[in-house]
Amino acid sequence: MKKAALFATAIFLAALTGCKRNDSGAAADKVVIGEFASLTGATASFGQSSHKGTQMAIDELNAGDGLLGKKVGLVTEDDQSKAGEAATVVRKMISRDKVIAVLGEVASSRSLEAAPICQQSKVPMISPSSTNPKVTEVGDYISRICFIDPFQGTVLAKFALSKGWKKAAVLTDVKQDYSVGLSQYFKEYFSKNGGTIVIEQNYSTDDTDFNAQLTSIKAAAPDVILASGYYTEAGLIAKQARQIGLSVPMLGGDGWDSPSLVQVAGAAMEGNFFSNHFSAEDQTPLIQDFIKRYKAKYNEEPDAMAALGYDSAMILADAIKRAGTTDSEKLRDAVASTKEYNGITGKITLDDKRNANKPAVILTIKDGKFKYVETVAP
Amino acid sequence: MDDWGRFLQQLVNGLSQGSIYALIALGYTMVYGVLRFINFAHGDVFMVGAYAGLFLHRWLVPLLGVVPGFGGALLILAGSMAICAALGIVIEWLAYRPLRTRPRLIVLITAIGVSLLLEYSAQLIFGPNRQPFPDLVETRLVGGFGGLLVKNTQLIVLAVTLLLLGALSFIVLRTRLGMAMRALSFNPTAAALMGVNTDVVISFTFGLGSALAAAGGIFSSMLYPQVQPFMGVTVGLKAFVAAVLGGIGNIPGAALGGLIIGVVETMVVAYSEKIGISSGYRDAVAFVILILILLVKPSGLLGKTEREKV
Repeated sequence: MKKAALFATAIFLAALTGCKRNDSGAAADKVVIGEFASLTGATASFGQSSHKGTQMAIDELNAGDGLLGKKVGLVTEDDQSKAGEAATVVRKMISRDKVIAVLGEVASSRSLEAAPICQQSKVPMISPSSTNPKVTEVGDYISRICFIDPFQGTVLAKFALSKGWKKAAVLTDVKQDYSVGLSQYFKEYFSKNGGTIVIEQNYSTDDTDFNAQLTSIKAAAPDVILASGYYTEAGLIAKQARQIGLSVPMLGGDGWDSPSLVQVAGAAMEGNFFSNHFSAEDQTPLIQDFIKRYKAKYNEEPDAMAALGYDSAMILADAIKRAGTTDSEKLRDAVASTKEYNGITGKITLDDKRNANKPAVILTIKDGKFKYVETVAP
Repeated sequence: MDDWGRFLQQLVNGLSQGSIYALIALGYTMVYGVLRFINFAHGDVFMVGAYAGLFLHRWLVPLLGVVPGFGGALLILAGSMAICAALGIVIEWLAYRPLRTRPRLIVLITAIGVSLLLEYSAQLIFGPNRQPFPDLVETRLVGGFGGLLVKNTQLIVLAVTLLLLGALSFIVLRTRLGMAMRALSFNPTAAALMGVNTDVVISFTFGLGSALAAAGGIFSSMLYPQVQPFMGVTVGLKAFVAAVLGGIGNIPGAALGGLIIGVVETMVVAYSEKIGISSGYRDAVAFVILILILLVKPSGLLGKTEREKV
């Protein structure tokens, strides 16, 4: 009896989840777009923000005329911030949900996993915020709407030099392509233009103990520390650095952009700088209007990942409109020929390598908030 | 600061990290001692311990009206240990006791299931985002000889770990329950025949091990103030390695193994440039040490070679 009841529950649950799937799945009267994001796991904040931005764009499209006279469906899969999972979920949504294009991911390592699959299946993929150059080198179906790390690394190095910091320590997350790339480009520009890298240290994603690295860095007496990894570790690094009396400023890239950066580090994060795609303090009406709509929908401030998620969906929509079809080859060409698109994160033009040329902003952390410092043009 | 000072400082870094491994490793080794299986859910009890500390702190602060000082920290530590001890007993009672007579492989797979259950339940309840852990004790730098500067929290972790190890060895060596535990691990059938209530002893072992893991969770969050649902995975795996390294089933061995792994890991990172191993290989180091030691001494550092009974 017990077993029968259990069995019935299992069937019921399976049916329930099955139904839920079909809602968002492929349907003839819908343009179905796939999105993969790290909704859970280490960099959950990235995935959550990016997804909220994307979802908002899709909802706004559906509130309007939709695309090509049809409603737009969004299939979202969670890759749990795990290596290997991105490839699985992207394969799944291409083969089962028959998505016409894929949006994702924030982390370069996971975009690099999905890109070859999209390229092979000839499904255009737009990464909202993966900055490692290798991502779009995978093939002509892969594009991105953000700047790339050679630019970001240069921006950070220039900024450090302009502040008169000549000796830098570099702390890299060797498990993340993004962090490895950013450190490399920072080092190249910095050491060619009068700076010295006094020490290099590494760690891996999910490490929590940085005492050993920071003790060595302290002994090397740098003027500034580049922590090129994600916010998940940057907060802990800042906190542990300040605890051992290492009080030089820290620099980071767009991977720092998350509210939890300051939550973990608290006062230890004050006075540090990072480069980013957009600043919520920008008074441009387009941006302020976006912030207002986002706040009304989610009751929180959008971060750069949310803005980029929104832009990526809107640029895809724009390309579908221009192509007038969801045919993969025509859509690919339409995405690649995006020009002067007026996005939330700036004017977006894709170059011949399908990367966006956009300015970066430098933000600082003051009183627990991200404050705008300056804009650096490409 | 001279080279010696820096070495000592890194040694303290390694020992404080190692004490966390040691505390968790003890749970693995004690359960193995009495039941001869690896409780893979143990690393997640460590995670629950950290979350318990987080929530106890949240509830205690308005209750006591002040940010807890040293006494408050002890209260939170004790509370979290009690919660996890209960959790450990419940896990054993619900998941492992019904399978006591089944082949060990089945229990092992169940343990992996319990581990996943705890991880994803935590993600469901507490959310996937990392949460900051409050400062239980204000971190200060303590100076010493040779320009040595260490954090007071590191010293507290080391001292309290030593106290806990002392208490554990008292329980195991000087109390009746401890004697029963040792008897059970020596020969379960004979122990039962001599009137040892095996169910009680096994529950007690799970409770004791889980309480130590909770202490590890609180210490870890004190040193590295961040909690997340999967924080027990890597740490748990390394603690398991520490237990095997010290000789699984051997209590001093687990503590020793934990400290060794903590120190070697830290030294590899600290002197990565001199020895030519990138500090990103930190996690691999624990496993390389394990392989090397098992090649030379298959039963672990302090483990006794058991002759296969045919």
